Amino acid sequence: MMRKIYLDYAATTPVDPRVLRVMLPYLKEKFGNPSSPHRWGREARLAIEESRKKVAKALGAKPEEIIFTSCATESINLAHKGLIRGMLYRAKKIKTPHLITTLVEHKAVLETCQYLERLGVAKVTYLPVDKNGLVGVADIEKAIRPETALVSIMFVNNEVGMIEPIDKIGRLIKKINQTGNRRQETKIYFHTDATQALQYLDCQVEKLGVDLLSLSGHKIYAPKGIGVLYLREGTPLSRQQSGGSQEYQLRAGTENVPYIVGLGKAIELVQQDKIHNTKRVGKLRDRLISGILKNIKRVTVTGHPVKHAPHIASFIVQGAEGEAILLLLDEAGIAASSGSACTSGLLEPSHVLTAMGYQPQEAHGSLRFSLGKQTTEEEIDYVIKVLPGIVEKLRKMAPKL
Amino acid sequence: MNIDQLYSKKVLEHFRNPRNMGEIKDADGTATVGNPVCGDIMRLFIKVKDNKIADIKFQTLGCGAAIASSSMLTTMVKGKPLDEAGKITKQAIAEALGGLPPVKIHCSVLAADALKKAIEDYRKKK
Repeated sequence: MMRKIYLDYAATTPVDPRVLRVMLPYLKEKFGNPSSPHRWGREARLAIEESRKKVAKALGAKPEEIIFTSCATESINLAHKGLIRGMLYRAKKIKTPHLITTLVEHKAVLETCQYLERLGVAKVTYLPVDKNGLVGVADIEKAIRPETALVSIMFVNNEVGMIEPIDKIGRLIKKINQTGNRRQETKIYFHTDATQALQYLDCQVEKLGVDLLSLSGHKIYAPKGIGVLYLREGTPLSRQQSGGSQEYQLRAGTENVPYIVGLGKAIELVQQDKIHNTKRVGKLRDRLISGILKNIKRVTVTGHPVKHAPHIASFIVQGAEGEAILLLLDEAGIAASSGSACTSGLLEPSHVLTAMGYQPQEAHGSLRFSLGKQTTEEEIDYVIKVLPGIVEKLRKMAPKL
Repeated sequence: MNIDQLYSKKVLEHFRNPRNMGEIKDADGTATVGNPVCGDIMRLFIKVKDNKIADIKFQTLGCGAAIASSSMLTTMVKGKPLDEAGKITKQAIAEALGGLPPVKIHCSVLAADALKKAIEDYRKKK
């Protein structure tokens, strides 16, 4: 039988059986609408509020600061569009709020920022990153203008895995907000996309100093279709979906009760296993990297050597194309990912690698493995054994330039 | 398997076992073409005898579709008269492969271009 080795956990994770178990009753007998006053409704309402408490606890937030959404992309859209809209209502003094973000954000952030620019309701600064993918805190400070309303920086990059200095940026913004000596026209709000961070890093909002935080269920062994936006009390936000008064009138639509329950369980499990899991996965990642570097020449590791999430190992393989590597890995039963132009529907090389200073022809050989709960040492060793032959086969086909 | 759905059986077969892959040391015509869209590079070698493609070999750095297109091209034109071979189109290559996903059609352009340039190169040298 063919082996099946899944090393694409940064793309998505399977639902943990413990998560599925707590969800099932809410798909079956406990099917009530949480807005209904009767027994069925109350049962569903209680389940949502229990889950909200669990999410709040994991983030060190208040339950009323947790908004359930359908995914991190929705949370991000709501955070950016909703805050800008909310600011315009509240602080009429500012004509066009200013946003600061980086060139390595997820498309959900970049496309939303570009959308706000096109509408003419915001001006956006896209900050560059260094070769390791990190944004400079000093660059953020320099970019702040009197009308800066939102700084949005991702916590862990999904393609490469570097950890951005969120706590340092949080402290900088807090300092500016408190001293007020920069003639700021508004408080500066701080958003982070913590989708890839939640499983492994401390996401306590006070420690990070964030006002908004987006996360997703399906990266932490909950199902696809559930996300969260943390919104600090007092942060202006205008809802982007009109309708009923669900989620503190910030996100209309009947609550996805079973998925919310599942997310609550998943985030509880994350908290239980975080330290152990981070250590275990980090060790496997190190084993994978050193094995690949030892067995294959002309391979580089991308990202930061230390400030790096434990589950992502990202490489540039010279002389072999990413999609071709993925096809041959797939035949060997291994699932991975690539940022090469050939793997993208738009035929563009990864914007993250490009922002990190890699040339398109280098991104051509991009390869990402992302590890998870089920990853074993044996699986890693199998990849280390199989990959050199795959790369060699493709390099043999390539023109010698 | 979703990978099988992405590419036809023929594409995967040529990708796995590319025909005429390699180099002709004393080639009569060569061409190296790069695909500015995605970064793929292909080099083609032809040996000409009696105005026919007597031998043909390729080297390609690229995705599955690029490698399969290169391989398919070589099987389609080997033994063919130069004029006929030079007329091969990207559509003909894609069709012979049992179709390519729309986003991958440009990969077959690379192969068609490389052959035209290799024939040009041969005619120039002659």
